[in-house]
Amino acid sequence: MSTPPPPFSGPPDNLPRLELTGITKRYPSVVANDGIHLKVGPGEIHAVLGENGAGKSTLMKIIYGAVQADAGQIQWNGREVVIANPSEARRLGIGMVFQHFSLFETLSVVENIALALDEPFDLKGLAARVKEVSTRYGLPLDPDRLVYSLSVGERQRVEIVRCLLQEPQLLILDEPTSVLTPQAVQKLFETLRRLASEGVSILYISHKLHEIQSLCHSATVMRGGKVTGTATPSRETPASLARMMIGRELPVCEVPAFTGEAAPVLTVRGLSHTPDDPFGTALKDIALEVRRGEILGIAGISGNGQAELLAALSGETTGPANTVVLAGTPVGHLDAGRRRKRGLTFVPEERLGRGAVPPMSLADNATLSAHGHGLVKKGFLRPKAAWEFAKTCIERFDVRCGGPGAAARSLSGGNLQKFIVGREIMQQPIAMVVAQPTWGVDVGAAAFLRQTLIDLSRSGVAILVISEELEELFEICDRIAVLAEGRLSEAVPKQQTNAEKIGMQMSGLFSDTHGTDREPAHAAA
Amino acid sequence: MIEHLIPVLAGTLAAATPLIFAGLGELVAERTGVINLGVEGMMLIGAVAGFAAAAHSDGGALAGLPAGAVAGMLAALIFAILSLSMAANQAACGLALTIFGIGLSAFIGQHYVSYSLPGLPPLDIPGLSEIPVIGRILFHQDAVTYLGLVTFVGVWWVLRKTRLGLVLKAVGEAPDAAHAIGYPVIAIRYGATLFGGAMAGIAGAYLSTVYTPLWVQNMVAGRGWIAIALVVFAAWNPTRLLLGAWLFGGVTILQFHAQGLGIALPVQFLAALPYLATVVVLVLISRDKRLLQLNLPASLGKPWMP
Ligand SMILES: Nc1ncnc2c1ncn2[C@@H]1O[C@H](COP(=O)(O)OP(=O)(O)O)[C@@H](O)[C@H]1O
Ligand SMILES: [Mg+2]
Repeated sequence: MSTPPPPFSGPPDNLPRLELTGITKRYPSVVANDGIHLKVGPGEIHAVLGENGAGKSTLMKIIYGAVQADAGQIQWNGREVVIANPSEARRLGIGMVFQHFSLFETLSVVENIALALDEPFDLKGLAARVKEVSTRYGLPLDPDRLVYSLSVGERQRVEIVRCLLQEPQLLILDEPTSVLTPQAVQKLFETLRRLASEGVSILYISHKLHEIQSLCHSATVMRGGKVTGTATPSRETPASLARMMIGRELPVCEVPAFTGEAAPVLTVRGLSHTPDDPFGTALKDIALEVRRGEILGIAGISGNGQAELLAALSGETTGPANTVVLAGTPVGHLDAGRRRKRGLTFVPEERLGRGAVPPMSLADNATLSAHGHGLVKKGFLRPKAAWEFAKTCIERFDVRCGGPGAAARSLSGGNLQKFIVGREIMQQPIAMVVAQPTWGVDVGAAAFLRQTLIDLSRSGVAILVISEELEELFEICDRIAVLAEGRLSEAVPKQQTNAEKIGMQMSGLFSDTHGTDREPAHAAA
Repeated sequence: MIEHLIPVLAGTLAAATPLIFAGLGELVAERTGVINLGVEGMMLIGAVAGFAAAAHSDGGALAGLPAGAVAGMLAALIFAILSLSMAANQAACGLALTIFGIGLSAFIGQHYVSYSLPGLPPLDIPGLSEIPVIGRILFHQDAVTYLGLVTFVGVWWVLRKTRLGLVLKAVGEAPDAAHAIGYPVIAIRYGATLFGGAMAGIAGAYLSTVYTPLWVQNMVAGRGWIAIALVVFAAWNPTRLLLGAWLFGGVTILQFHAQGLGIALPVQFLAALPYLATVVVLVLISRDKRLLQLNLPASLGKPWMP
């Protein structure tokens, strides 16, 4: 705290720090950026707002030199520059925190930071500076910890401190809060406001409207690779911003009242499991009940046991029979196929690779999980039946694609997810487990998927949803529990809780053995 | 007793030398995420190139080693172009390289069968070699064996203490992240792969011009595979690799002595013993899955393109 902030060496205030004119980037299948104009002043927090696939990350990578534009100019402090690679961007004073962290799991914090600095190699001296800068900005870090043992919030601190050590004039943050608890978001905002007051310009990428309203001075809205407007967020409403972002009103779900019964369909009791993977999280005495006709939500940040719980529920890992009970039958010892036969279906988090085989057609992908529904006879495939199954699924769930013969990887995230969810629903489950149902899915498809899940539950299926998106859980679930550090909290009706309480629990505070400043440990990237 | 042990221990160091070179080279390549199964082939190419250079020049073994290094590097270059620039499957390319190396060395080597070279006399380190017992074990070796130990220290130091070591590990751990912060992933992998080729070539040339300076077809005899196994079982740690190489060297020498003493075991069994003992011991000490997981370069064997 004794050291003064770095001297402000920017240009006079009327000169923009960064100005983009006509930036264009074409990929074989899509124009990711189409003639983008953007201007950021010194000390300004500027939002870039847009749906998935709008081209935000591409634009930021162009500014950071990680991707080269096909056309357009970049003016930096009034001077035209060509940014050929990230180290050139860093030399100019541009720092970037990536959407997908660019950290190395098995290296320590200080080693990770050293790799991104263009200066003589001195880990000891650097460790001292990391400590100093991290305390100055309220981002405490232990330089010697290995990154794989850090929580997602701590990892993000590493990335931010790494940028701050380069004393940047422009800091780019690409969807920095998508993995943070509400409390961690508040802390991040304090740091960013402080940086801005010191004259650092900030480009803040997000699709979360309320965050942008509370943090940013100005905003550029993108859709389909083009700028669709600029705005002063504090003078807009979420609805008007959303209209700019998606081109129409924000869809809302209809949630009929819960009329289910108290009898549980899916019960988990005393489930503990230590994974072989040293980067995994051990499950500790998990207990939950999903009732007929309800949606139970599990909140929490990935890496707190989500992957392990999913594997235990789906049957990828098996254990004692009584730990998982489906409609009164113990199934904990059964593999995924046998559980599926008994009416438990499953939508995994990774669509490509777990939910579907990327190069295979939709019809073949249907066979993989729905083979018990007439797609295989006496061990022989019935391609026609599979084709029909896929076709019905495509029609019923509004999957936009080239038909049952289209390869899974040719579909956009939202359409593939609709197909996978549809495929599981058509197997008429009595219980369904869904992980991150709308991750990386555009707003329209997300609303469709949420409504589909709600309708399915009201038709009498027990649904368990695991999601990082709190707003989504509050929208569709009847009860919400929190998974943190491998422990599951008691499920509470959503009317009796709120985002703040859930956020506290996500930080691991519900078990009183923990301190007050703990973050969920052991997150996977 | 000690009198019998001295030649065994001294011989151990020399017998371990090819594994130290080849293993260190493979270790560096694997640290960056490149698994080159062509070590055996690169060693054979290095061996025949080294033998030819030594046979046709006045330099003897001193001409053979650089020739082996260059030949090994060229062999690795073929592998690198296929698997790094063209992103072909690394396992397939490595196996092809080994088969190619066996064939090429046999083809060139047929002219040299039973031809012998003068070899390299032991080099006494002044002062140190007069220390009783220790001196005759450690400091009465050929120059290449010393060079192997110096290389070990160098690789250890670079991997542990320098930025380059950190960059190598980072590239093997997460090439995407390394690329995102601005490292030339492919160039770094090329460098590590070529280093591995040069080391394997030196290992081969050492075998053919110093260790047994007499051409025998297929004289590397599986040591390339042992080197690859050592790297994995050593959990990509150079010190463990060195210990593994010494273990192999020790059992090799012991079984020679056992054969000499006429122990009533089939010769084939004794000859297989060093391989067997090394693999068994290494499997036993590397049962710790977490250790392997933590040290395994996460991108090992996966093709990467920017
Ligand atoms: N390396 C790439 N190759 C091909 N297409 C890409 C590549 N990177 C991004 N795209 C495409 O460009 C569009 C914009 O992507 P992106 O910039 O990541 O959007 P956002 O960050 O706004 O979600 C998407 O349609 C995406 O599929
Ligand atoms: Mg993005």
